[in-house]
Amino acid sequence: MRLKPLKSDVIIKLSEICVGFDDEKILNNINLDIYNKSFATLLGPSGCGKTTTLRIIGGFEKPTSGHLYFEGVNITNLPPYKRNVNTVFQKYALFPHLNVYENIAFGLKIKKFSKKEISLKVGEMLELVNLVPFDKRSIDRLSGGQQQRVAIARALVNSPKVLLLDEPLGALDLKLRKDMQAELKRIQQSLEITFIYVTHDQEEALTMSDIVIVMNQGEIQQIGTPLDIYNEPENAFVADFIGESNIIDGTMKEDFLVNFLGNNFVCVDGGFSPDEPVDVVIRPEDVKVLDDTTMKLTGIVKSIIFKGVHYEMVVDSCGYSWLIHSTVPQEPGKMIGLEIAPNDIHIMRKKEG
Amino acid sequence: MNKLKVLSLPYMMWVCLFTVVPLIIVLFFALTTENGELTIMNVSGVGRYFSVIIKSILIAGVVTLASLLVAYPFSYILSQMEFKTGNFILFISLLPMWVNFLLRAYAWVTILEKNGLLNRVLGFFFSWKLDIINTKMAVAIGMVYNYLPFMVLALFSTMRKINIGMIEAAQDLGASGFGVFRKVILPLSMPGVISGVNMVFVPAVSTFIISRMLGGGSNMLIGDLIDMQFLGNIYNPHVGAAISLVLMILILLCMSLMNQFGSEDMEGKLI
Ligand SMILES: Nc1ncnc2c1ncn2[C@@H]1O[C@H](COP(=O)(O)OP(=O)(O)OP(=O)(O)O)[C@@H](O)[C@H]1O
Ligand SMILES: [Mg+2]
Repeated sequence: MRLKPLKSDVIIKLSEICVGFDDEKILNNINLDIYNKSFATLLGPSGCGKTTTLRIIGGFEKPTSGHLYFEGVNITNLPPYKRNVNTVFQKYALFPHLNVYENIAFGLKIKKFSKKEISLKVGEMLELVNLVPFDKRSIDRLSGGQQQRVAIARALVNSPKVLLLDEPLGALDLKLRKDMQAELKRIQQSLEITFIYVTHDQEEALTMSDIVIVMNQGEIQQIGTPLDIYNEPENAFVADFIGESNIIDGTMKEDFLVNFLGNNFVCVDGGFSPDEPVDVVIRPEDVKVLDDTTMKLTGIVKSIIFKGVHYEMVVDSCGYSWLIHSTVPQEPGKMIGLEIAPNDIHIMRKKEG
Repeated sequence: MNKLKVLSLPYMMWVCLFTVVPLIIVLFFALTTENGELTIMNVSGVGRYFSVIIKSILIAGVVTLASLLVAYPFSYILSQMEFKTGNFILFISLLPMWVNFLLRAYAWVTILEKNGLLNRVLGFFFSWKLDIINTKMAVAIGMVYNYLPFMVLALFSTMRKINIGMIEAAQDLGASGFGVFRKVILPLSMPGVISGVNMVFVPAVSTFIISRMLGGGSNMLIGDLIDMQFLGNIYNPHVGAAISLVLMILILLCMSLMNQFGSEDMEGKLI
């Protein structure tokens, strides 16, 4: 178990960071604490500002307003080469005029390490990323996945306090991706480095991270452990982005009673004003399909696809198309009953504005 | 494939007609006498002009180096500018190329001559004057002015291709401004340096007219010598062809020597 980090353990702090490119707001009031030695993941759809956030931390982008702290020191205006942070770039940015070995050695040479130390450290890195036989290869004769691993090694070899990784596994096939995920996690834990990881793959975020930061349209939607994020999404966007969800308009009748699709349901959330409109979020796997058609909710199976572990069904009920996961197949066109347990009904406040 | 071959036919004919055939004619003239007999006298006689050849190569070398030193920072600054701004300034700076080169050389005469623009400006501030006209220096200045655009174009097009990502990666790994330049920009711009040097040095070696206009009678270059064999009162195309032949071989030697310095397959590696 990870212990609850102390306040003094914050290594990177973003405070009210805003970024705009000609009138367009790219990041809006980002407040974020990254704890030392943690694996934090920025998760969000394409274009939501993940790379921009990393570039702020790396020093390649100046915030329009706001401050960045490294171990409590304001480094908002420190140039990138003076920061104890290294980056694995989204587009690798390997040096085409240098071979694999020279690419990895680049940072060490600049820091004036001796030849012996360099060859030792680079050797270790080559081993770590499984590229020992490729050390003399030129970059343009590597596969995408191999280039990605060179990029990881080139950053890691400098033993930075914080490693920024911008979708570092994007180019890998599923199997290698899984292997590298485990590998990166192992590296992060054994070297005790803080990782700030960017991905738009929710599964990757949930399996690897200590903390997940869900972003959308330049704003943080939720910060929490993978479990929090999955089980207690704070708003409809997070619920929808983390796994598929049924999101239905509803109104809160009173505490623990919600109305949607023309029926009242008992739920476990309270603290809303009476008749407040809300988003009702229900996971596809939380809807039980019954043959009993006297239930509150009934529907007609529209389609069914086999997904390997389960069947994915679309069920029309009271004018809403439900997405339902079930291990029992149903005939399309059949009338079925739907049952939802009270603690599987998640109530989200509608986003104001 | 066959279609492509057909399409390249006009070019092949062009090359044959205007490159290969003239080369053969030059070779023929260089190795024959007026009566059409084979001889190596013309070629061996080129030795007489050894000092002119050396001087031409040296001046061309100095001119190439000077162009490189001027064009490199200029092209780099241009390449870092916003796309449109960079292109516009490039266009402006290349505009003088549209003016006939004789006119441009005359312009330099009026600037550098004894009572020219330069000395009048200097005379306004100081009590001394510069005696540049009719020296090697004047020839070199005129040549740099003439060939600079080629260097700028070669460097600029290569530097434009250097990905900003490379520069950021170097900074990320701890390289300061100068480190980035030395370890990334310089090596990645080498292909441009090499093609720029080629594009300036080759025409510079065989420069003519400019040298006569700015250098007076005493600073003749090999180009002028060849010119005189064909259009001057000496008229001896056989000797002219022989000098040209020797010059071509020397340039080829110089170029292959120069190209040894840069790694050959750099061009393809730029992202
Ligand atoms: N230099 C720039 N000028 C103008 N707009 C930019 C610039 N860089 C990024 N943007 C915009 O900022 C937004 C966020 O970009 P960013 O690269 O941070 O997204 P991202 O979350 O990393 O997306 P992806 O997952 O596709 O990499 C995008 O809408 C993008 O178009
Ligand atoms: Mg990105």
